[in-house]
Amino acid sequence: MAERPIVSISHLSKSYRRGDQVVPVLRDITLDIARGEFIALMGPSGSGKSTLLNLIAGIDKPDAGTLLVDGEDITTLGEADLADWRASHVGFVFQFYNLMPVLDAFENVELPLLLTSLSRRERRERVETALGLVGLADRMEHYPNELSGGQQQRVAIARAIITDPAIIVADEPTGDLDRKSAEEILGLLRRLNAEMAKTVIMVTHDWHAVESARRVTHLEKGELVDEPAGARAERNKRL
Amino acid sequence: MKIPLSYIFRNLWTRKLTTLLTAGGMGLVVFVFAAVLMLDAGLRRTLVSTGSPGNAILLRQSSQTEIQSAVYRDQASLLETLPEVARSPSGEPLASKETVVLISLAKRGTDKPSNIMVRGLPPSGLALRPQVRIVDGRMFRPGSSEIVVGSAIARDFDGVEIGERLRFAGREWTVVGTFDAGKSGFDSEVWGDVDQMMQAFRRTVYSSMIVRLRDPSDFDAFARRIATDQRLVLDVKREPQFYEEQSKSLSQFISILGVSLSIIFSIGAMIGAMITMYAAVSNRTAEIGTLRALGFRRASILVAFLAESVLLALVGGAAGLVLASFLQAFTITTMNFQSFSQLAFGFDLTARIVALTLLFSLAMGVVGGFLPSVRAARLEIVDALRAA
Amino acid sequence: MYYLKLVFKNIFRHRLRSALTIAGLVVAILAFGLLQTVVHAWYAGADMASATRLITRNATSLVFPLPIYYRERIKAIGGVKAVAVSNWFGGIYKDQSYGNFFPQFAVDQDIWFDLYPEFRTRPDELLAWKKDRQGAMIGRQLADQHGFKVGDTIPLQGAIFPGTWEFHVSGIFEPRDDTTITRQMYFHWDYLNEEMKKKFPKRAEYAGLFVVQIDDGSRAAEVSQAIDREFRNSLAETLTETEKAFQLGFVAQTETIVMAVRVVSFVVILIIFAVVANTMAMTARERLAEYATLKALGFGPGFVGALILGESVMITAIGGAIGILATFPVAAVFKSLLGAMFPVFRVAPDTIALQCLAALAVGLAAGIVPSVRAARVRIVEGLRYIG
Repeated sequence: MAERPIVSISHLSKSYRRGDQVVPVLRDITLDIARGEFIALMGPSGSGKSTLLNLIAGIDKPDAGTLLVDGEDITTLGEADLADWRASHVGFVFQFYNLMPVLDAFENVELPLLLTSLSRRERRERVETALGLVGLADRMEHYPNELSGGQQQRVAIARAIITDPAIIVADEPTGDLDRKSAEEILGLLRRLNAEMAKTVIMVTHDWHAVESARRVTHLEKGELVDEPAGARAERNKRL
Repeated sequence: MKIPLSYIFRNLWTRKLTTLLTAGGMGLVVFVFAAVLMLDAGLRRTLVSTGSPGNAILLRQSSQTEIQSAVYRDQASLLETLPEVARSPSGEPLASKETVVLISLAKRGTDKPSNIMVRGLPPSGLALRPQVRIVDGRMFRPGSSEIVVGSAIARDFDGVEIGERLRFAGREWTVVGTFDAGKSGFDSEVWGDVDQMMQAFRRTVYSSMIVRLRDPSDFDAFARRIATDQRLVLDVKREPQFYEEQSKSLSQFISILGVSLSIIFSIGAMIGAMITMYAAVSNRTAEIGTLRALGFRRASILVAFLAESVLLALVGGAAGLVLASFLQAFTITTMNFQSFSQLAFGFDLTARIVALTLLFSLAMGVVGGFLPSVRAARLEIVDALRAA
Repeated sequence: MYYLKLVFKNIFRHRLRSALTIAGLVVAILAFGLLQTVVHAWYAGADMASATRLITRNATSLVFPLPIYYRERIKAIGGVKAVAVSNWFGGIYKDQSYGNFFPQFAVDQDIWFDLYPEFRTRPDELLAWKKDRQGAMIGRQLADQHGFKVGDTIPLQGAIFPGTWEFHVSGIFEPRDDTTITRQMYFHWDYLNEEMKKKFPKRAEYAGLFVVQIDDGSRAAEVSQAIDREFRNSLAETLTETEKAFQLGFVAQTETIVMAVRVVSFVVILIIFAVVANTMAMTARERLAEYATLKALGFGPGFVGALILGESVMITAIGGAIGILATFPVAAVFKSLLGAMFPVFRVAPDTIALQCLAALAVGLAAGIVPSVRAARVRIVEGLRYIG
C-alpha cells in the first residue's frame, strides 16, 4: 500500500483582486507530493508556480480547495495557528537568501529556534550541527555582507532545516548565483533529499536545477500541464 | 516577544546618522522638560527650606507677603506672652519682631536696578534661623547701621563687598559680612538691626513676627488662640507653609509654561521618530516578510518595531537627562512674583524628575513608533516578500 | 523652471515622509513664533509708554510711598504740564488665582484720562465717574474677561489697604490701538485716602507714585533731574525716569525668564533641524543610484547637489509658510487664554521675519551635507548601491 502523500492538494484555486478585476492565478489544481520527493515546479512567468508554492508553504490562503500537509488541512487553520505550523513544518529557501543583515550566520540560523522552548545550550548544539552540515562551521560569526552569495544561501538552507521540518520550499534558490555556487546549492539540496529524506519542493527557471529534481511538474496559466511543448524541445536539445 | 533584542539594538546601530539625529531631537525635548522640572523643584526647595517646621510666622490678615503686612507693637507684645511660644533657657520668648522693605540694587554687569529684600531683625531673629552662618566678615552689631548680605546677593550684585556702603532711607549702611543660608530664600536678602531700620524708615509697626513654637504640634492650639482673640487680627502660618505659598505664583508659571512647551516640542520630535520608523519599516519589508514566514506573529513584529522606537527615545532621553544634570551647577536670579523681590534659586535633580523624564521619553517612543509598527505588523507575507 | 518642477515632484514621491516633515516644520515654526511673541509681550508695558510722561517714585524702592504734597511741588517745576497721583491698590477679586487677578489703581480722577489719551472714554461715562466717589473706570479687556458692565459692583478684598471695598463700574475705556493695555481698573484716589484717614490715619496722604506730563519729550532727562533735585535730602527722595524706562525696569527684574524663553525658542529650531536633516539624509541615501544615473547621463554634480538642496529648502519653505500663517490664529487663542498675563499679545513683523529666516536656515543646513554627498557620488559606486 502506498504511503500517504506528504502534500495532498485537491481542487485548489486562487485569484487576485486588482481594482474591480478578479485575476485568476491558479485554477482547480490537484496534485500529490510523496514523502521524500524532490519536485521542481516550472512554468513561464505568470503561470502561478510561485503562488502554488506560497500556498503549500502556508504563507498565503487559497480561495477554494483543500491542502493537506502531513495529514493536516492547513486551509482550515487560523493565522496564528498557521504561523505556529509553519515554524515547525516548513523550511524556506529564497532567491535572495532573505537573511537578517544585522544578525550573523549563527544568529540567522538560530532564528526559527527562538520560537521553540529549547534552552540556549540546546539551540547552540543544533545550530552548530546545521552549519556544520552546510560546510560553514568556520563562518558562524560572519555577517551576511561578509559572505558570498553561495555562502549566504547555505546559511539560509541551514536555517531552513534547523527545525527539522516536513517540507523544504525553495523559490528560485539558484536565481541569484553563479554557475559554480548554484551547483553547490543544488548538490546540498540533493543531499538533504537523499540522505535526510527531506521533501524538497522547488520553483525554478533554471534547467540545471531541474536536473537535480527527480520529478518535474509544469504550470501554464494557472493549470497543471504534462509537458509543455517548449519544455520537450529543451529537453531534447540536451540529450 | 520572541524577536531577539540584538536585532532591535543592532538595527539602530547600523544607521548611525539617523539614530543620532532622531535620538538627538528627542534628547533636546527631554532636556527642556527636565530643565523646567528641575528649575521648579529648585525654586520650591529654596523657598521651602527657608522655613522651619517649628516656626510660625504672623502677618496682617489677607497679606500675601511680608512687604504688605503690618503687626502692631501691642499685638507683638501680646504674642510674646502666649504659652505656645518657646522660651530660651533664660526665660526669654523665642520670638522675632521684624521689618521688611525693598531697596534697589544693580545686578552685577548691568546698571538696571532690581528689588532686593531688606530684613531688620533683633538678635532673637538670628536664633530662629539656625541654618544661617556667617561665611565672611562678621554679623552686624545690634543698634548699629551695619548690615550683612546673603551669599546670592554677594555673588550677583554690585556694591555689596565688605566695607562698602549702601545708601537708603537717608542713611549709609556698612556691609560687614556675608552669610550663607543653606540655599534658602534668605540667601537673597540683606539683614540689619530692626530698630535702626524702623527708625530710618520711620516705621512704627513691624512687618511680621516669627515665633518658635514650644513644639511643632502646638501650632493648632496657637492658631486657635489667635483666631479667637479680638485683639489679634492676624494670619498665622507655619513658616514652611508660608514660604511654599510664596513660591506658588512663580512655580505655576514655570511649570505651566515649561510643560506646555515640552509637549509642543515633543510633537516635533515624535514626528521625527515616526519618519525614521516608517523608513525602517519600508527598508526592512523583506525582513518582515521573512520573519512572518518563519513563524513569527504579527504581534511580535509590532512589539519589535515599537521596542526599536522606544529604545531610540530612551537613548535620547538619557542623553538629554545627562545634559540637564549639568544645569545643577547654575543658579538663576529673577523676581519672585509674589514677593516682588529678587530670588536666587538653582536646578534641583530629584529621583522623581528622573523617573518622570524617562517616562516622558518612553511615551514619545511609543507614540512616535506606534503607527509605523502597526504598518509593519499589518503587512501581508507575500506582499512583503515581493519587496525583496 | 524644469529644475523647480523636478524638485517639487520629488517631494511628492514619498508623500508620507514629506507630509510628516512638513507637519513637523509647521509645529516648530509655530512654536518658535509664539515664543518670540511671548518675549515681545513681556515688553508690552514699555511699548505703550509715552515719550512725554515721566514716573516719579520713591528712590529707595517702589514699596515706599511719597507724600501727597509733592504733587504741587512737582507741578511747579519748569517743563511740567500736569501731575497725577497713582497708588497700586493690589486688591483681591474673588480669590488669589491667576484668572481673577487684575491691576487696580487709585488715581487723580480729574485729570487721569487727560494724561492718557490712549484710553478712549465716552464723555458721559467719564463725567459719571468723576462724580461717583466709589466709581471705577475699567478697561475693555477687563470688562470682556469678567463680563463687567456699566452699573455693576466690583467687590475687592484689600491686601495692602485692608478691608472690603466696593466699586461701581461707571464706564469702560477702549484702547486706541493694539499696543494699549486695557485690563486694569482706575478709581478715585480721594476715596482711598478718605478711607485711610478713617481707619489707618498714619497711612493717609501718601502717593504710590506720580505720573508727570511734560511739555517737551526731548527735555525728559532735564526735567527728571530737576524733579529729583527738588527732593534731595528730604524725607523721601525721589527717582524720576521716563515711563518707558520705568516699565523696562520691571522687565529687567524678570530678565532671566525672558532670556530663558528666548533660548528655548531656538532649541525648537534645533529640534526641527534634526528632523529635516534626518529626512534629507535618508532620502538622499535612497536615491544614490538615481543620482549616479543622472551623472552618467551627463548632468553635472552641481545639478545633482542642487536637487537635494532644493528639495530641502522647498520643504522647509512650505512648512515654514504654513507655520507662519498658523501663528496668527493660534496667537489669538493664546491671547484669549492668557489675557490676564499678557494684555497685549500680537505677532510682530520681526517675529515673522525671524520665522522666515529660521525656516530658510534649517532648509539650507539640513540639505547641505546630503547635497554635497550626492554631488560627489562616483557613478560606478552609486549605480551599485542597493541601499
